[in-house]
Amino acid sequence: MPVPFRILPRLDDLNRPFWQGGGSGELTFLTCPACDRIQHPPQPLCAFCHARGLVPRAVSGRARVAAVTVNYQNWMPGPELPYAVAIVEIDEDPSVRLTTNIVGCPAADVTIGMPVQVVFEHHPDPHGDVWLPLFEPAATPTDSGRRVSLSPAGGVA
Amino acid sequence: MIPPEDRIEQRSCITGIGQSQIGRRLHRNPLDLTLEACLAAIEDAGLTTADIDGLSTYPGMQVGNPGFNGASATDVHDALRLELDWFDSGIETAGQLGSVIKACLAVGAGLANHVLCFRSVWEGSAQGSGGRGGIGSENGPGFRASGMLQWTLPFAAPSAAIWLALVANCHFHRYGTTREQLAQIALNGRRNAGLNPDAIYRTPMSMEDYFAARMISSPFCLFDCDVPCDGATAVVVSRRERARDLRRPPVRVEAVGTALRGRPSWDQFDDLAAMANRDAAAHMWTRTELKPADVDVAQLYDGFSFLALSWIEALGFCKVGEGGPFIEGGGRIAREGELPLNTHGGQLSAGRLHGYGFLHEAVVQLRGDGGERQVAGSPEVAVAAAGGGPTSGCLLLTR
Ligand SMILES: [Zn+2]
Repeated sequence: MPVPFRILPRLDDLNRPFWQGGGSGELTFLTCPACDRIQHPPQPLCAFCHARGLVPRAVSGRARVAAVTVNYQNWMPGPELPYAVAIVEIDEDPSVRLTTNIVGCPAADVTIGMPVQVVFEHHPDPHGDVWLPLFEPAATPTDSGRRVSLSPAGGVA
Repeated sequence: MIPPEDRIEQRSCITGIGQSQIGRRLHRNPLDLTLEACLAAIEDAGLTTADIDGLSTYPGMQVGNPGFNGASATDVHDALRLELDWFDSGIETAGQLGSVIKACLAVGAGLANHVLCFRSVWEGSAQGSGGRGGIGSENGPGFRASGMLQWTLPFAAPSAAIWLALVANCHFHRYGTTREQLAQIALNGRRNAGLNPDAIYRTPMSMEDYFAARMISSPFCLFDCDVPCDGATAVVVSRRERARDLRRPPVRVEAVGTALRGRPSWDQFDDLAAMANRDAAAHMWTRTELKPADVDVAQLYDGFSFLALSWIEALGFCKVGEGGPFIEGGGRIAREGELPLNTHGGQLSAGRLHGYGFLHEAVVQLRGDGGERQVAGSPEVAVAAAGGGPTSGCLLLTR
């Protein structure tokens, strides 16, 4: 499949680990050196304990679909219509969410609670290459046994 | 509860309302439209520009989608040669009506006597007759997304239609809400628009029409999305002491709600089936002795149909999750129902005046000026609410 047109992110020191982590095949977040919590979107200090010096940390790339919509509208050049836009919650901390696309299955087959795994779409760019983290249905169900967090608190299940 | 003497919004009234010509695509100068609405509101109050000593607008100078903003505070300030004691604008506030709420607080604090508030759009003309472009689509290939938009635009999610379809689908999944139920927001709006000569789409719509419409982003079809248009709305917020002898009976501001306790984000909000309106609405009820059951007419933001359903739940007209059954069949929210909703047609049928249309209609109904669409029984309490996602604010109004 050809790589579709994408609006790419403007890279900076804070977001570079996230957008370029796919270069080494790993979904990567800034993480607090003191309390180990993932900070997303990235910010200069930990939102929970206010420690500085956040460090990039790779996670498994496994996640669950927490919300999904099938988009039919041609807003601008992009993936072939219709395509699935989803919010996924990563296995290591379901309070960390990503808006993304689910690929590798028909858009209409994506369901809330579905286990997915990251797959990177590489976009060479003179400003710095970007690897967009997309997700596809997990080859095997995640071994965590965790149910997707759909509680109003949205916290860790 | 906030002690009554501290509810300074109760020292404010709405004394004038005005709207410009409204149309799908007028191709008129947007500042001209804005001034038309402003002058209409000032005249409606029985005031002159010399009486206006405050000015407030949303979003102010700001780059958004083409046509998102027809005039800044500075544009109107200078065009009308206003002499101001207080002025404010900005998009980082409690939704579109946050600009009116700030005006209420300014007069409550004695910073001004008569604040002119306005919201002006010309998205119809600016976006032309082609399909609606996504956010960022007007930029060239060198455009790179930064800030909040970097988390959605690269994933071909350049519209609030998608961001809110995600929330709506969570609501459907968790509570069993259906498209047949959601359709009632659109059908109710269209029925009411048929009685509003200023509405954009007035021809009757059936459930079959709704289901025949093309899908935009599931569960939203075309009729779940509001209509870009050209038009401006203005209101005058006055100090209670200065409101008594004006041309029209003042509409009292009973309470305002501005809270946002979840993360200020479309996709990181704690509850993916809810939005900031949960917090703003709850906040409003801490500032009044009135209860949801006291509300006679509800003008609730419907930039997307689901937002009105969400506001119904947030404001406590039914329990959270029961909005679908509450609007099912459309009887409760009809003009003759227990909670008349969007009696002018809402943004889905009367045009995307972006929040201020709901406040305008709330005042029309409390004054008894609704004509053919007037709710029977002389409504005494109205709620006007605007915003979706992390953007929400609401006002409770009384005669
Ligand atoms: Zn920490």
